[in-house]
Amino acid sequence: MRITQGTFSFLPELTDEQIKKQVKYCLDQNYAVNIEYTDDPHPRNTYWEMWGLPMFDLKDPAGVLMEINECRKTYPEHYIRVGAFDSERGTESLRISFIVNRPSHEPGFRLERTETDGRCIRYTAHSYARLSESRGR
Amino acid sequence: MHSLHRALLRKVERIEGALTVSESGLKPVDPPEKKASDEEVIDLHGEYEASNVQDVLDRLDRELVGLHPVKTRIKEIAALLLVDRARKSFGLTSETPTLHMSFTGNPGTGKTTVAMRIAEILHCLDYVREGHLVSVTRDDLVGQYIGHTAPKTKEVIKKAMGGVLFIDEAYYLYRPENERDYGQEAIEILLQVMENNRDDLVVILAGYKERMDTFFQSNPGFRSRIAHHIDFPDYSADELLEIGQLLLGQQSYCLSEAGEKAFSEYIDLRMKLPQFANGRSIRNALDRARLRQANRLFNSSLSQKFVKQDLMTLEAEDFYASRVFAEGKLDRAQVFSI
Repeated sequence: MRITQGTFSFLPELTDEQIKKQVKYCLDQNYAVNIEYTDDPHPRNTYWEMWGLPMFDLKDPAGVLMEINECRKTYPEHYIRVGAFDSERGTESLRISFIVNRPSHEPGFRLERTETDGRCIRYTAHSYARLSESRGR
Repeated sequence: MHSLHRALLRKVERIEGALTVSESGLKPVDPPEKKASDEEVIDLHGEYEASNVQDVLDRLDRELVGLHPVKTRIKEIAALLLVDRARKSFGLTSETPTLHMSFTGNPGTGKTTVAMRIAEILHCLDYVREGHLVSVTRDDLVGQYIGHTAPKTKEVIKKAMGGVLFIDEAYYLYRPENERDYGQEAIEILLQVMENNRDDLVVILAGYKERMDTFFQSNPGFRSRIAHHIDFPDYSADELLEIGQLLLGQQSYCLSEAGEKAFSEYIDLRMKLPQFANGRSIRNALDRARLRQANRLFNSSLSQKFVKQDLMTLEAEDFYASRVFAEGKLDRAQVFSI
């Protein structure tokens, strides 16, 4: 199941050229761009692992793309996303975040039912991208 | 269900269309590579004027006195880039030229200023995308403990991408006396980037001639990756006087006739003293002369009134009060306080 999170996620994968242009836009707005990766794309998993520090004072997207490619090389089967943080007073949060890398196979989510008091059932969505990877797929 | 799927697909297409529009809104899409036919005439001078390079070169001529070998080389580089662009429009293959440079010269000969102009020129000719200058020294590149250097160097490189990375006193990167010095790691990363990201940034190394020579000898990789070795000559006394007058003009000061004579005498004496730093020494001397002028005006008799010209003019006595004249020759301890 294709994960749709963040900006542009209903579109075909962005090419490197398109990523560059989007990052250029972010840099022109004075956002700090950062790269994050995870093997657990659960929607509630807000904080992904950070790939290095956020990049401040950049002028050109080539540096960001260099880091993205480095991250892709290290984690080819992980989700990787680019975020842009706006430090403007009153905003001070992420403005844009989009996925730039996905695993070749996205297993999606498993629905887990837990029986609780009486005949109540609680549901949990469980992302098992991590699980299938440990099986050496 | 089926129709829903179709509706969704349509929506996707629409968004996709919108994306290309917004993209072109962010940055003009490059015009399709049009190839000129063989007979077409290329107006090099027209292109030259269109690229605004002339403005930057003119400013270089105006603001920097002397430095003829440097200026010639910069003009040559500008011409090469222009011709390369023209060749490209005919579909002739021309590999992107390497423009990494090394500036050698004594302190105060204008290396940083020229680097700034080079960044502008390269930007005018579309060789670099942003045209900013990131000026660093060893401290910005080399870390303090194991594993600190690589991220630090990479951060600086990322900041410089799309522009020019200016490494001042680059020979400090290499410290042969300490074989575990982290400078070597920074050098390796730099070499790699200079080779692989040639389109993304231009690296300029600067430093004193002799020490840069030993630096290149012990790092042959650097020497071969740098196409342009530019040597900055020392200024002559006349050029220094001209620089001084240029500096004064920028700050709306001028020299009286006697003041000019005193200043050129000062330069002659100062050049013979140790720790002479060309343009920088001149700037400092003028700053001190301004100090003395202010003091002179302030301490003059109460009844005296001043006109605009008095506030602008530096007199001979403002220079003769310098310790360079008082002692003719200075001993080492005083050199630092001239």
